[in-house]
Amino acid sequence: MTRETDPKRIRRSRNNVVGLLLGAFVILVFLISIAKMG
Amino acid sequence: MSATVQTPPADWRDFFALTKPRVMSLVIFTGLCGLLAAPERIHPVLAFTAILCIAVAAGGAAALNQWWEADIDAGMKRTSARPLPQGRMNRDDARDFGVGISAAAVILMGLAINWLAAAILAVSVIYYAVVYTIWLKPRTPQNIVIGGGAGAFPPLIGWVAATGHITLMPVLLFAIIFFWTPPHFWALALFVKSDYAKVGIPMMPVVAGEKATRRQILIYAVLLLPLSVLPWWIGGAGLIYGVSAVILSLLFLALSVRVGLRERGGAEDTMRPEKQLFAYSVIYLFALFAALVVDRFLPM
Repeated sequence: MTRETDPKRIRRSRNNVVGLLLGAFVILVFLISIAKMG
Repeated sequence: MSATVQTPPADWRDFFALTKPRVMSLVIFTGLCGLLAAPERIHPVLAFTAILCIAVAAGGAAALNQWWEADIDAGMKRTSARPLPQGRMNRDDARDFGVGISAAAVILMGLAINWLAAAILAVSVIYYAVVYTIWLKPRTPQNIVIGGGAGAFPPLIGWVAATGHITLMPVLLFAIIFFWTPPHFWALALFVKSDYAKVGIPMMPVVAGEKATRRQILIYAVLLLPLSVLPWWIGGAGLIYGVSAVILSLLFLALSVRVGLRERGGAEDTMRPEKQLFAYSVIYLFALFAALVVDRFLPM
């Protein structure tokens, strides 16, 4: 796998990953809340 | 005006590599087995969250380990391709990343699961990052013995996440990994000895010599045999686990005897028995814990 060297593109791909992880975390918190209530 | 050299920001893959994904797979597996082998069930979402917290905290501890050992890693062939020795990442970023994700995992474990599991998770991170990496590893050839405790926590945490309390069974699971670690790691250290000697880490083969290391591998393998059978003996596991533990541990002992009683043949020695013991030790742990879970769901 070739590595990205352009700082802008690296930051953009990092932001995408962080965004996806945050989205997954929000969904997880929602599911935990439902599981705890049940 | 002076020109400053800007290093490119670290790629997300470098942060991922910092968590030692291969080690994490064993942590996830043993943690999951501890959780599944426990006598109480929790909601699948909460079980997933508990395993996620164990995995993320282990990743954070691994990042802190690499932050502290960046210079040592640079001097060893096996670790020189890691993000920090390669200069692909700022050292402080690795530290902040490790502290950040470890703390987040502990807090989430406490809020979503229970605070006893969270406390043990916090102890496991501190044990690996501070007690093992910073304190013991550079000071004593027994570093692996005491440091092995860090890798032994996941099944204990998994069990406590499911039940909310500690009993003899999860302590035995902890002890099995604790006694498995020295022969597993010293088998590796025997064939990468020159690397450890080069960077000044007092690994057993470097300080005490190969003969003493081989003898100690044998001692731990002998101790592991009855210990692995104890969960069956005390009634915490059934026949499937008991028979599996006897067979797997006898094979482990046989390979350890071969390593324990041999001497290096010279420069052309490929260290095949040591490599085989190391490879089998990984299979052993996976198979032993898998047997524990199978036994739980298929009681005889």
